[in-house]
Amino acid sequence: MSILVDESTTFIVQGITGREAVNLTRECLDYGKGAKVVGGVTPGRLGREVHGVPVFDTVQQAVQDHGAPIDGSVVTVPPAFTKDAVFEAIENGIKLIVIVTERIPRRDVAEMVELAQLRGARIIGPNCLGIIVPDVIKMGGIGGPAKDAAKAYSPGPIGVISRSGGMTTEMSSTLTAAGLGQSTAVSIGGDAIIGSTYAELMPLFEADEQTQGIVIYTEPGGRMEAELARWVTENDSRLPIVAFMAGRFMDEMPGMSFGHAGTIVEGKEDTATEKIARLAEAGITVAEEISEIPEIMKSKLAERGSVVA
Amino acid sequence: MRFFEYEAREIVKRAGIPVTDYGFTTDASEARSIAERIGGPTVIKSQVLTGGRMKAGGVKFADTPEEAEQHAADILQLEINGHQPRGVLVDPKAEVEQEFYAGVVWDGTRKRPVMIFSPVGGIDIEQVAEEQPDKVGRRHFSNILPFGDFEAKEVIASTGVTGSDLNKLVPIVTRLARLFVDNDMTLAEINPLGKLKDGSFVALDAHMDMENEARGRHKKLLKDLGVGDEETRQAREATEFELAGEAVDAASHRGVAGNVTEFDGDLGLVIGAGGGSLTLFDAVRKYGGRPANYCEIGGNPSVEKAKGLAKLVLSKPGVDKIAVMMSIVSNTRVDIVARGVIAACLELGFDPAEKIAIFRIPGAWEEEGFKILEKYGVEYADRSVSMHEAARRAVEKIQGGVTA
Repeated sequence: MSILVDESTTFIVQGITGREAVNLTRECLDYGKGAKVVGGVTPGRLGREVHGVPVFDTVQQAVQDHGAPIDGSVVTVPPAFTKDAVFEAIENGIKLIVIVTERIPRRDVAEMVELAQLRGARIIGPNCLGIIVPDVIKMGGIGGPAKDAAKAYSPGPIGVISRSGGMTTEMSSTLTAAGLGQSTAVSIGGDAIIGSTYAELMPLFEADEQTQGIVIYTEPGGRMEAELARWVTENDSRLPIVAFMAGRFMDEMPGMSFGHAGTIVEGKEDTATEKIARLAEAGITVAEEISEIPEIMKSKLAERGSVVA
Repeated sequence: MRFFEYEAREIVKRAGIPVTDYGFTTDASEARSIAERIGGPTVIKSQVLTGGRMKAGGVKFADTPEEAEQHAADILQLEINGHQPRGVLVDPKAEVEQEFYAGVVWDGTRKRPVMIFSPVGGIDIEQVAEEQPDKVGRRHFSNILPFGDFEAKEVIASTGVTGSDLNKLVPIVTRLARLFVDNDMTLAEINPLGKLKDGSFVALDAHMDMENEARGRHKKLLKDLGVGDEETRQAREATEFELAGEAVDAASHRGVAGNVTEFDGDLGLVIGAGGGSLTLFDAVRKYGGRPANYCEIGGNPSVEKAKGLAKLVLSKPGVDKIAVMMSIVSNTRVDIVARGVIAACLELGFDPAEKIAIFRIPGAWEEEGFKILEKYGVEYADRSVSMHEAARRAVEKIQGGVTA
């Protein structure tokens, strides 16, 4: 199985007529078993098509046209309009929203997340590339064009969670080359406030029979790793976790932001050093290099008696 | 984006929170007239965006306007942690009975703003939290529901404050919470919040930080405060090299070839994307390399833009070779970056094979990219070579070059 999406997942693309969104739609339609992109929304463009996907003015029209609830939406509208687009999706019954847009002020993100919580919806991102279930479906730009995504991702037992979109692919490709496929890979976004953190996705992987281990990519900034460490300890997780921490040099440069908006050392707790210590206390191995991850994971899986094909 | 104290106080004042009758100036003689207007003992405070002002001698007390002028003249010349002061704030020396703390920050885990209140102010709130945890109240509030006075009342009351103090503090903390939300702050702090002899409360110092991404929605406030678009207010002032990097990135809006940060090494880096750059910079250092810079390429920039960045890095004094490396790309095209870096070498009269220590960018259009690199004899690697291994090879080459 997988988490969040599977071959039956239906979704729309909000902002579908934008240059990147057109490419993204093509990629999703082409990948795996072919995503069920049931519509796109760009206000004022009702009646058009993007790679055969009908375009609507409103999410409401897309839902009416589909004739049944739509599972998800990929939101690619400019930052100033993202909050309204996400509210529109949530209020029209959509339960899984992937926000690709970067540079959204965190007040807007926090409002979207709170409304999602009230309505039982989930947000992935913002500033992320989305979700991929190897050979089945991808929702978002993750992995790029179908043929490129197919090179990096393969089905298997490892769940991947990453604060960097590009590094989701780099790490999955390394796992694939070592014979460790992925159950689902999620690019969760690089902002200070995001819809779904490591700890919030863990219960889903925990409940997924296919998943035997977790690989995470992480950076300085924020408290998300401490939250994961706490979750793992409190819930006695069955899943071994291997982490990779980038941006160690930033510990010497407090107050400066690198890489992603949320990647900034503001206090002792959000340094790379402190995070590595917290993760280690929870039994999470932090690899020195990405190429070491597969071997560390294989030995952890062997310890737990997991059988990996 | 951090505000100077004099700006933060203006923001607090605009929100309807009482402040002292202070004045800001960049001129010592004007400091004297402000002190005359105040008509009593004053405090002269350096306006710098760095901590440790008091210890460095950036805060001084004056009994007379003459003394205020002298202190202002001294402080205006005083550099603190490498920061030249913007000016001085001349503040009446308040008769304070008790110092309180009130602040609002984001809690990224709960994804809500959290108010922090303490009847122990004037010192670092983290120190109070450690030493007297029962004296620090915290309360999260909704992003969607309108902020209610009761929420401020609860956080204040939770620290044991009651009576008329409680009733006078509620509107102040309420206004601070609303100010935080309305202005897209990431930090809004009044410390100390002074209780004067007459029982009234006044903000004696304030710290405000606005989210960079939200600056566009607060143009009027920023204009009123005189904050220009060019003021980035980073922890460290941008160097000439970094400003040149910004110019390269700004030359066309498609893609990113920027976020250049200067370091003092000999290996120039043309790296990407966000997470990839962080990983590669660490990797170069892990293998003993000395990066000349940090940067980020992403979002498929033009050949021109990639070339501009590579030329900038290649021209940096002390740079011997460049390493062109990224995590697997799916949007940015390998061939475009390859064309850009090769053109940069050629235009500067360098042999790409000699100047480019390694090219490791796997992904979209890699066959086309590798073909070009091969033509110029540049060492390249596909995804079978890890990012760390590529960095190690680059470091080995540059160190070999130095000893040879």
